[in-house]
Amino acid sequence: MKKALLAALVELAPVCAETIVIQNATVMTVAKGTFKGSIVVKDGKIAEVGEKVMVPQGATLIDAANQYVIPGIIDCHSHIAIDGGINESSISVSSMADVRDVLNPEDIAIYRALAGGVTTANILHGSANAIGGCTLPIKMRWGKDAEGLIFEGAMPGIKFALGENPKRAGNPPGGRGGAGTTVAPRYPATRMGIEDTIRQAFDEAKAYKQEWDAYNARVAQGEHPLPPRKDLKLEPLKEVLEGKRYVHAHCYRADEILMLIRVADDYGFKIRTFQHVLEGYKVAREIAAHGAGASTFSDWWSYKVEAFDAIPYNAALMTRKGVLVSLNSDDAELMRHLNSEAGKAMKYGGMSETEALAMVTLNPAKQLGLDNRVGSIEPGKDADLVIYDKFPLSGYAKVQKVLIDGTVYFDRDKEVSGRPAKQAAKQKLIDKEKQQQRPAPARRPTGQGGRAS
Amino acid sequence: MKIFALLAGFAIVSFAASGEAILIRNADVYPVTAAPMKGVSVLIQAGKIADIGAKIVPPKGVRVVEAKGLRVYPGMLDSGTELGLSEIGAVRETVDTGELGEFMPQLRALVAVNPESEHFPVVRVNGITSVMTFPSSGGGGRFGGGERQVIAGQAALIHTDGWTWEDMEINRSAALHLIFPTIAGRGGRGGGGPVPENVAEMFGVAGAGGYTVARRAYEQQISSLNDFFDDARKYQKARAANAPGFRRDLKFEAMIPVLERKVPVAISAARASTIHDALAFAEKQNIKVVILQPRELGKVAAELKARDIPIVFGRVLALPETEDSPYDEAFTLPAEAYKAGLKFAFGTFNNEFVRDLPYQAATAVAFGLPYDEALKAVTINPAEIWGASGQIGSVEKGKVADLVVTDGDPLEIQTQVKHLYIKGTEVTLANKQTRLFEKYMGRQ
Repeated sequence: MKKALLAALVELAPVCAETIVIQNATVMTVAKGTFKGSIVVKDGKIAEVGEKVMVPQGATLIDAANQYVIPGIIDCHSHIAIDGGINESSISVSSMADVRDVLNPEDIAIYRALAGGVTTANILHGSANAIGGCTLPIKMRWGKDAEGLIFEGAMPGIKFALGENPKRAGNPPGGRGGAGTTVAPRYPATRMGIEDTIRQAFDEAKAYKQEWDAYNARVAQGEHPLPPRKDLKLEPLKEVLEGKRYVHAHCYRADEILMLIRVADDYGFKIRTFQHVLEGYKVAREIAAHGAGASTFSDWWSYKVEAFDAIPYNAALMTRKGVLVSLNSDDAELMRHLNSEAGKAMKYGGMSETEALAMVTLNPAKQLGLDNRVGSIEPGKDADLVIYDKFPLSGYAKVQKVLIDGTVYFDRDKEVSGRPAKQAAKQKLIDKEKQQQRPAPARRPTGQGGRAS
Repeated sequence: MKIFALLAGFAIVSFAASGEAILIRNADVYPVTAAPMKGVSVLIQAGKIADIGAKIVPPKGVRVVEAKGLRVYPGMLDSGTELGLSEIGAVRETVDTGELGEFMPQLRALVAVNPESEHFPVVRVNGITSVMTFPSSGGGGRFGGGERQVIAGQAALIHTDGWTWEDMEINRSAALHLIFPTIAGRGGRGGGGPVPENVAEMFGVAGAGGYTVARRAYEQQISSLNDFFDDARKYQKARAANAPGFRRDLKFEAMIPVLERKVPVAISAARASTIHDALAFAEKQNIKVVILQPRELGKVAAELKARDIPIVFGRVLALPETEDSPYDEAFTLPAEAYKAGLKFAFGTFNNEFVRDLPYQAATAVAFGLPYDEALKAVTINPAEIWGASGQIGSVEKGKVADLVVTDGDPLEIQTQVKHLYIKGTEVTLANKQTRLFEKYMGRQ
């Protein structure tokens, strides 16, 4: 029954890439200002943007009078579309685990995110480990298979985590290592131990890299030495040292942020983004100097001790201090209104419209190294576009259409008008089940891809 | 000397003399219960709204607040919070929402409200001047504690400012919180519909053993609940008759105002079937009811309308209940209630999101609720639902001066609150977060 329903949903979604002209819209390009005009979409790319454009013959016209177009929203921190758990929490360094291997293209959270204007998301491993699993960005191509979701050519990443979560993961109160359990407590249990865990891992990774470098040097000289043994745990860390994999580090407190910057400095690698980074405003200078981006919440706070000094001005303050800032969701629900989350950066800290909108479009694109492809409305970029009925940074705005690679993946009119048919199809299945007198299937819990902060 | 001056200045800004006369001059006033008035003044005296009009003769010594181009609204009321009871969700020591015990009507949220909670100044910044604060299940917030409550205690209606909880009180017993049982689950916070069988088995909840067993357990719970109310009624009679051997009982004492229909029972019930059963229970026990956090209405909308029962929506920005529900299921629910002619208010049911109450209302507007109805649902409607519309909920002569002065629509994100008055006193808009912002903006 679930399969059939999904198929019904899929049917509604993607219409093949064609030449499309979005007309009469207020176009918020993020990179080159806001104006009233048109966007020409051809072969999945933005072909032309301007107040007046040539309409190619046979183009499909979308009249967006009184509507707004923004670049597809990019969520730099999400756990949707992951099959099963998001944490390999049995060990403190789980770099051998990779989200790529467990992508679930049938997670309804993809469609819901799409309906909220999200076109790209950075799919992260959980935060149970000082060094977590490998990660990657996907596009919300609802209806495609797992391979089809993957943002082709994107730099892969790895999740690090500092503070309360990796401390607690192996050591819940009364849990692992508690009285009556046979499982030993998991190191580390303090912020001190988290630093040590990361240093130990990178000492190993450095030695491993040296082995490979020596081997490659000999091969280059025409020798035929035996290759070193491949180590799946150290391989991603070697890539980090080589600048071939981004580090996305879950963190809260200023002390741990500074710690990781110094560790990275010592080992000669860069932190690409600090995630959550709720006390980033306290060490904005150091984050900016390191060249790391910061991906934070708009106004979430107080759910745990390390979130108690969170301020809604974090994004604006870090921006003022020279940090590249994005706003993320970490949550399948919050993900659906990142546009209005960005609006909060205007309220708290006085960001301009463009600065605020960039926090959910161009800035995360830069943080993921994808700004040559997405993040703004410019000729040559992927035609990932969202049409809103009202000013998109307002709480009153509603997504009308979403395009990915020039294909309409979400259309609110079709979604709404398709509901009676979907309801009828569902009823038919229910009736059939009843006739066969089988017990009704159990309801699936929703909220997959929930936050793991 | 310098420090003294600083402190003196702070005192004036934050805690201006109570009862001071203030004239908010030349504002656009949105009373909510009447049409907006452009370019009028509001006079605050002795904590009350003394006058509204274009030509107010200000009394001697009045403090004038120039408000040309600004708007005056009634302070907003969040109908579902744990404010004052819970500081940091993950730290049990800071959470006092959920006591042990199944039937605990004698527990009062009010006495556990910490006036110094950092949450109060934070939510005030967005114009929230009063809240319902609920005892609930889960003694340690999301992380443990008592979880078997059916009657969790008495919810209090409080102002978001005051020196003590007595100062903050509007009504110490604004509702009795009942978490209605559900089949194989609990109908409490976050909806909590029936638990799927496999999940139930995994966690050993009542669902293990299939629907029949779960149904029996549910009926048992409803029966215990009815027994408790019946016992309370017997107690009430015995008490009135001063029957021989009568002994005072705090639990049943707390039930008397409920049985007399003086205090409404706020029932958490998410699914339409649960709401239906809750209404049948209320009918049988002849009690006044408010439904909390419904996640679907459907056929029960008509039942609610017929019996004039108000509802309090939980977070509008919520995921659909099931995988195949429409993506905007929770966004459109308030509009559905409006079309059915129901009276409703909004609540956030999580301290982290109380300040976003107006944005929850705005989402409902985006998905079909008329704007004026959204504004009412955070002002006059909750005041009526919680029996306080004589005091708060609108800008009207004689009401308590809980006022918000903004530079625009209070439901819109970019709008800034410029002044805030609680019981006629101007309250500071500074908080822990603005202080940290200023401190670290200054870091070179």
